[in-house]
Amino acid sequence: MTDGGSVTRSVLSDFEKKREHVIAILQRLQQEKRYLAEDDIEDIARHLDMSANEVYGVATFYTGFKFHPPGEHHIAVCMGTACHVKASDELLDVVKNELGITPGETSSDGMFSLDRVACLGCCALSPVVTIDGEVHGRMTPSKLLDLLRGLEENHG
Amino acid sequence: MAEHTVLVCTGTGCSSSHAPQIYEAFEKAIDERGLAVTVKKTGCHGFCQRGPIVVVEPEDILYCEVTVDDVPDIVTMHLAQGTPVERLFYRETDDSEPIPHYHDIPFYGNQHRIILRNCGQIDPEDIDDYLEADGYRGLEKALGMTPDEVIEEIKASGLRGRGGAGFPTGRKWRFCRDANGEPKYMICNADEGDPGAFMDRSILEADPHSVIEGLAIAAYAIGARHGYIYVREEYPLAIHRFTIARDQARERGYLGDDILGSGFSFDIEIKKGAGAFVCGEETALMASIEGKRGMPRPRPPYPAQQGVHGKPTTINNVKTLATVPAIMARGAEWYASIGSERSTGTAVFALTGKTANSGLVEVPMGTPLRSIIYDIGGGVPYGKELKAVQTGGPSGGCIPAHLADLTFDYESLVQDVYVPANYVDLPIDYETLARVGSIMGSGGMVVMDDDTCMVDVAHFFLSFTQYESCGKCPTCRIGTKKMMDLLAKIKAGRGEMSDINLLEELAITVKNGSLCGLGQTAPNPVLTTLRYFREEYVAHIRDRRCPARVCKELIWYEIDPEACIGCGKCASNCSADAITGEAKQPHVIDASKCIKCGMCFKVCPTGAVKKQTNLPGGGA
Repeated sequence: MTDGGSVTRSVLSDFEKKREHVIAILQRLQQEKRYLAEDDIEDIARHLDMSANEVYGVATFYTGFKFHPPGEHHIAVCMGTACHVKASDELLDVVKNELGITPGETSSDGMFSLDRVACLGCCALSPVVTIDGEVHGRMTPSKLLDLLRGLEENHG
Repeated sequence: MAEHTVLVCTGTGCSSSHAPQIYEAFEKAIDERGLAVTVKKTGCHGFCQRGPIVVVEPEDILYCEVTVDDVPDIVTMHLAQGTPVERLFYRETDDSEPIPHYHDIPFYGNQHRIILRNCGQIDPEDIDDYLEADGYRGLEKALGMTPDEVIEEIKASGLRGRGGAGFPTGRKWRFCRDANGEPKYMICNADEGDPGAFMDRSILEADPHSVIEGLAIAAYAIGARHGYIYVREEYPLAIHRFTIARDQARERGYLGDDILGSGFSFDIEIKKGAGAFVCGEETALMASIEGKRGMPRPRPPYPAQQGVHGKPTTINNVKTLATVPAIMARGAEWYASIGSERSTGTAVFALTGKTANSGLVEVPMGTPLRSIIYDIGGGVPYGKELKAVQTGGPSGGCIPAHLADLTFDYESLVQDVYVPANYVDLPIDYETLARVGSIMGSGGMVVMDDDTCMVDVAHFFLSFTQYESCGKCPTCRIGTKKMMDLLAKIKAGRGEMSDINLLEELAITVKNGSLCGLGQTAPNPVLTTLRYFREEYVAHIRDRRCPARVCKELIWYEIDPEACIGCGKCASNCSADAITGEAKQPHVIDASKCIKCGMCFKVCPTGAVKKQTNLPGGGA
């Protein structure tokens, strides 16, 4: 077992050694460690008697899995239909311009990361942005800018 | 005075506007005053836009946009003194008459709720609430019948799959019951991925037991002992509440061994999706349950013959399963009497976009589109014109405003036939939507007005399907990419007239050459916008003009010096430092620096910032 193995070990011990659990294991591990490192993939592969390549193949098929550490604050801009017709791309631009990162990236100081999501299912509140999992509905570029600047100020 | 019950909506929508804090404030205030009032957390009422929603029974009073600060007034005036708080009543517009009663509000009054029957009415985390609302009666009744009788009952009701394709549910069950192979599996497809659709999430959050009961009835009918629900990871609250409901159902003997002493055993395993849209397709979903990459495979064999783990399997949508207990409890005849001839029952739509009221809407099949948008949705706000309605998500199409009298059922939305000139009397059902080139799909309904560019909408959906294509079929993998590139080129003002033909050709190839529903329907948004809004494509190509002023490369911003008051708001909000001007003097935008983010347009208090595009014919 590789470094940081105790978390991995305890997660793996919760699951039967069956291939059908691979997605559930990846999800639990990511929940515990925030992202999946190369070692994690290898540990899972060993546990399920699969090749690391197979596990990685499954993991990369699904957009839910992250292979880089996310920022301290994670921002997700909803790009669903209802949000799109209410100009959610302008919100994405606000984040991009203010923080200098594009979707999938983490800022160099590790403070912010940005994602675009397909639909959060809060369409009646569109356009929607989530910051650290909290849903902010009926966003406008200026409201979003205020929120971002607030977070930046908190970190001096 | 009758004893009050306060129902606080804690669906995802209302929760994001502090509904949990409102619930706590009620509990505290009622406790402090020692009132005999029950406070309940409910799931979604479907009126998310006016949330947080609080309903007080037995008077049937609905309060909208409630804040924590409003709680003392509701407790003191309404609960203690019996005088409802008028300022929190629903009003259509700011100066219209307040409507105090839940069921008098047009948004609800014009609906017919079967699938959503308990949503917002019961506490989803309390099985006793569900039982009081006649819950598990359908299952009890089913267990007193033979599985064949249950299948016949569902067949007689005319119920068709609410996941989009509209396949008759009873027939699906029959195939699986008759298939050879053991064990059999029963699956609930809750991988609601269509952007703009959120009814499955709301049902799981508001009434999870109805889905569990539906699963158990279906499992009994087909002869399955093991069930799965495959639900999106992006819906944490739905997963949480479903898990609680499943555990309670187990405790009370509605799941597990020897259910209600019938000898029938059944249990449900929860599988979380991991963010792949294509897993809503049944063969991909089954691959994902087995821990594989979620890629579709050819059918036959159908899931009824060879499904999950290679065994006979039935997959039904959340809404289909939530309907089943109601049919069992009230009878097939009752259900068949609702809706249109070919599409019985009701359909749920997630009405969003440019309407005054948005949220979940349940209407009988065959209701005209216009009635959904205007009578329930309150029409298009800000004096704008209805331009189109998009149904069926990325697999659906855009229906132009002049077809708004269309009624909804499965067939109307599916057969690729041109609509007769006399559209106005067409009802919305599966059949009608097919004819106009769209589909019912999972029920997303996005209303678009003059500010929506149809080329941009087509590009938006293509970019979605292109991203979500699993890559197995080259027509889908490459074809959607090529179509998206062509649309991007047209949006950028670099299109040529021949691109329109090329788009059409590609669309047909992708449709015909792809294995699963994703590829087969991905071209629908392009085909319908080309059919009904071709002149918009032409404007983008020939005049380098975006009539809706959406496509960035074809628009620019200007400040009208007459209207500008020189407040400086635009300049201070401009992240590109493109705006200059003295205080109280007209400001100017430097086009070479402008990134067209639209911030100045949004913040200008006098509307002096204008969005411009070329004139028809091509001149500026």
